[in-house]
Amino acid sequence: MPKIVINGSEHEVAEGLTIIQACDSLGVSIPRFCYHDKLPSVGSCRMCMVEISGSRKLVPSCATTISEGMEVKTETPEIHKARKMVLEMLLINHPLDCPICDKGGECDLQDQTYRYGLDKSAINVVKRAVEEKDFGPLITPYMTRCIHCTRCIRFATEIAGIQELGALGRGDHTEISMYISKSLSSELSGNLAEVCPVGALTNSSYAFKARPWELISTETIDVLDAVGSNIKVDATGLAVLRIMPKINDSINESWIGDKSRYIVDALRIQRLDIPMIRINGKLVKSSWNEAMRTIADKLKSLQGSEIASLMGDFVDIETAFITKKLFNALGSDNIDCRFITNSAENNVIDVNFDVEDRGSYLFNTTIAGIEEADSCLIVGSNPRFEAPILNARLRKRYLRGGFEMAVIGEKYDGNYKYDYLGSNISLLQDILNGKHPFAEKLKSSKKPMLVLGIGAFVGNNSSDIVSLAKEIAIKYNMIQDNWNGYNVLNTSAGMLSSMEAGFVSKDKKINADSIVSATKAKNIKLLWLNNVDNIDFDSLPKDIFVVYQGHHGDKGAARADVILPSNLWLEQDGTYVNIEGRLQRSYQAVPTVGESKKSWKIIRKFAEYVGVDLKMETLEDLRKQISEVNPRFASMNFAVAEFKKDNLSMNFSLNGDVKSLITNYYITDIISKNSVKMAECTKLFVKKTA
Amino acid sequence: MLEKIDRVFNNLYGTKGVSFEVAKSLGDFSNLKETLEKGADYIINEVKNSQLKGRGGAGFPTGMKWSFINKKDPRPKYLVINGDEGEPGTCKDREIIRHEPYKIVEGAIITSYAIEAKTCYIYIRGEFIQETRNLQKAIDEAYANGLLGKNCLGMYDLDIYIHFGAGAYICGEETALLESLEGRKGFPRIKPPFPAVSGLYANPTVINNIETIAVVPTILRRGADWYKSMGVAEAAGTKLFCISGFVNNPCVVEERLGISFKELIETHCGGVIGGWDNLLAVIPGGSSTPIIPAHLCERLTMDFEGMKAVGSSLGTGAVIVFNKSVEILKAMKNIVSFYNHESCGQCTPCREGSAAAVKIMNNIINKEAKPSDVDLLERIMDDTFGTTICALNDATVFAVRGFLKHYKEDIKQSLQI
Repeated sequence: MPKIVINGSEHEVAEGLTIIQACDSLGVSIPRFCYHDKLPSVGSCRMCMVEISGSRKLVPSCATTISEGMEVKTETPEIHKARKMVLEMLLINHPLDCPICDKGGECDLQDQTYRYGLDKSAINVVKRAVEEKDFGPLITPYMTRCIHCTRCIRFATEIAGIQELGALGRGDHTEISMYISKSLSSELSGNLAEVCPVGALTNSSYAFKARPWELISTETIDVLDAVGSNIKVDATGLAVLRIMPKINDSINESWIGDKSRYIVDALRIQRLDIPMIRINGKLVKSSWNEAMRTIADKLKSLQGSEIASLMGDFVDIETAFITKKLFNALGSDNIDCRFITNSAENNVIDVNFDVEDRGSYLFNTTIAGIEEADSCLIVGSNPRFEAPILNARLRKRYLRGGFEMAVIGEKYDGNYKYDYLGSNISLLQDILNGKHPFAEKLKSSKKPMLVLGIGAFVGNNSSDIVSLAKEIAIKYNMIQDNWNGYNVLNTSAGMLSSMEAGFVSKDKKINADSIVSATKAKNIKLLWLNNVDNIDFDSLPKDIFVVYQGHHGDKGAARADVILPSNLWLEQDGTYVNIEGRLQRSYQAVPTVGESKKSWKIIRKFAEYVGVDLKMETLEDLRKQISEVNPRFASMNFAVAEFKKDNLSMNFSLNGDVKSLITNYYITDIISKNSVKMAECTKLFVKKTA
Repeated sequence: MLEKIDRVFNNLYGTKGVSFEVAKSLGDFSNLKETLEKGADYIINEVKNSQLKGRGGAGFPTGMKWSFINKKDPRPKYLVINGDEGEPGTCKDREIIRHEPYKIVEGAIITSYAIEAKTCYIYIRGEFIQETRNLQKAIDEAYANGLLGKNCLGMYDLDIYIHFGAGAYICGEETALLESLEGRKGFPRIKPPFPAVSGLYANPTVINNIETIAVVPTILRRGADWYKSMGVAEAAGTKLFCISGFVNNPCVVEERLGISFKELIETHCGGVIGGWDNLLAVIPGGSSTPIIPAHLCERLTMDFEGMKAVGSSLGTGAVIVFNKSVEILKAMKNIVSFYNHESCGQCTPCREGSAAAVKIMNNIINKEAKPSDVDLLERIMDDTFGTTICALNDATVFAVRGFLKHYKEDIKQSLQI
């Protein structure tokens, strides 16, 4: 640990840091434009210049590594003069119209000019004009404001892996542009607006809607995929105006996917905002009392075994837990959550995870753990669509080199190179038997990992795929003392959270599929759906009583006999589990719409109508009850689990292909389905490639 | 005047034809094997002793540069030869590539042997297509004669590749050249690390100018003492001067360092157009070296010390002569525009500062500027000096400061109403 002196005080800092990193870690502020802690540094803006011992000239702190005994000064007249000069130079061509710029109030250039710059310019020359660019539907550019920091280029090439964005021209004619005129095709392109230090690249759904000081920020988590990205939700009064990433190096670093960022426009569209009941075949508005009374009346005539409940997307642990408690109290064990809700298919697709065996359905390597792996076999997954943030980690690891990747399943463009082995299941058998060349690579690697996409759990031979994958994991030493290379990439935060709440039947034969079949056989007469829209509602018998609890009106609500409008995850507090099994709290960012209620409270209220005492009044009571049965929930800790090695089936039918499930990243659920931006992206990026 | 016998480039004008046989008859490759047999340390020491300084403009001692390569480093080492001759007024490398390519090849072999490089790249300005045909021919002949390839003379492996630039002046900056060679945009790299530690493909690399490489074989043939005997102290040996501008006979000529400016243009160029008294000023070493007005030229000598005495530098030896028909302002604007146009755009001060300087220069020329704008121009130059990754901006500053040092009051006067 080298000792360095910063502004006269001695500090001990980690080896190999640059001056700016050391100063950041010690809370010494250094202004910067081109430097971004997650991007490679180029040292070109010259704003972060500092004085060091032994150098006559100022040095860029972002590109100078500290050494033992180095003396750094960050605030001397010399440095201030240099900073003033850089700002003066930048402002020669930058428009001086902050009041009409979207970035005003949170602009690095504005802030630093206030701190170090001049109040008027001595250099009065004609400003540079720039042709407008097309950055696609997600980013609106105002390129006259560009200060050529190249953060966007570095983000695009390094993190997102798209090579189209670059700097055309030279000197002051440099323009940030696409090499070929086309829209940016990346699931992470929204982050370009994030890294831009000025108002040149703006978030197209937020630009010119508000000023940062008018916004109320809430730090919460994203549930549109199962990665659990940490986000900051900015809202004014009732409406969410933008969603931005919150730094969490274990999960999403500084980035979020476009879907997570741009579904803002869908949060208030097609919302269920008032309870409804079906009278004479038509849904009519009602009161909460009336709606609950209707369901309670219906329940009176039914046995416990004749009612069932399914949990879909966005369901938090609390809601799943309380729903399970209610149904158990009503004598029903017909509950399940383990089915695909975000596919284009119209019927229930069971995935049959074993809730007791956490290691068999979680991403055990952890997202940050990917960086330690040295080989990776991806089966039945397209991580770029299923979890772009995780894909960025894979790319990060890939760029460091020495990372052997192979894919079995559908081919995809992952922004990294991999061996495409094919899609036949027999390839897994070949790898297991050591017949396949990739087996050698797995054998020689110290920390091999395997990713099973959710697509591997779908279809007739899914149990074979999973068993083979587990066998491979065991054979190639993927489970070690401090390493677990067996991973399942789930795509639904709701499914994972419901499983964490134990929202499955004790009877192993009962699953979503059997419940739906039972409705057809009329053994189940009441179906309580929470955000479930993927059942084949047309084949559901007419006299099945459907309760739909959810926030967006879609197929489920259309078929419902009673609609109970619940809050969106951004409108209530909750707890979710991500693919790694990490428990994270989400917090209310905005008030809800209409008469919709918090989802757990709906169940709590309804319990009164059927005379069940759930013994809870507040969310704290509920959480206490969950903690009693689930110690992980009590501590909010997460520990990696190993999958159980018994009962692996060894009779494989080696036919058929491994498929991945999600083909359109932009529309996967009822929220993104209602987003105009996501529809635009689908039109532009998905249909074209298909 | 340099004796014919003492010339390094005895076929500079191609009068004897350009072929392997001609080159051999003129002495090239004659003692290559003996030189190499004396070993790498001998070669480096001999070049150090000869006081050969880099001919690309910065004048860094060549032998010292080679000695920075750590031989114990297991990584491959590279020799990169810089033929991206773009400095306005400079055209010496072009003559060497065209008529003395064998000296480049021999120099590359000796240098690569000294630094244990097995691969050598010659980066050549894209416009030099015709010239490079000769160099390629020389390389091909060297391969055919067993001087390049595997196990040559039983002593070394060496491959030489030619790479064309695409017309950016900045790619003559050594680290930008490496970036360009690696296939990226020519942006100078931040130093340290220096190329001797982490250069081409992050491996130890020596980058030398064409002229530097081309004089190495002759130095080793005739000895460091012979080379030192020419020129003056601190500036040993001979140098190619490219004289252009308002002289009767613009030319590239080899002369000893320390020759007087007057002798140089009187003997080789037929004097200034309109006579010596018609001389206005001279830019002595390429566009970035500060201008020297006529009254300082009388006793000016063409060496590092002589140039320092008048506040300029020898640069690449590209002498641009102005007679009294030249408008200083327009010349100055021309040079500033050049640097603005060639700025890579990476660093803020250079990108924005040079553009502002051009706009201010235009205003001055169009008489739309105030006298205070001249001070503003000077302030921009002073503020931005030494704040950038590479020396391109500093070159602009040197040039502009040179003009302002001698002509500031005149320019201000011209703006008085």
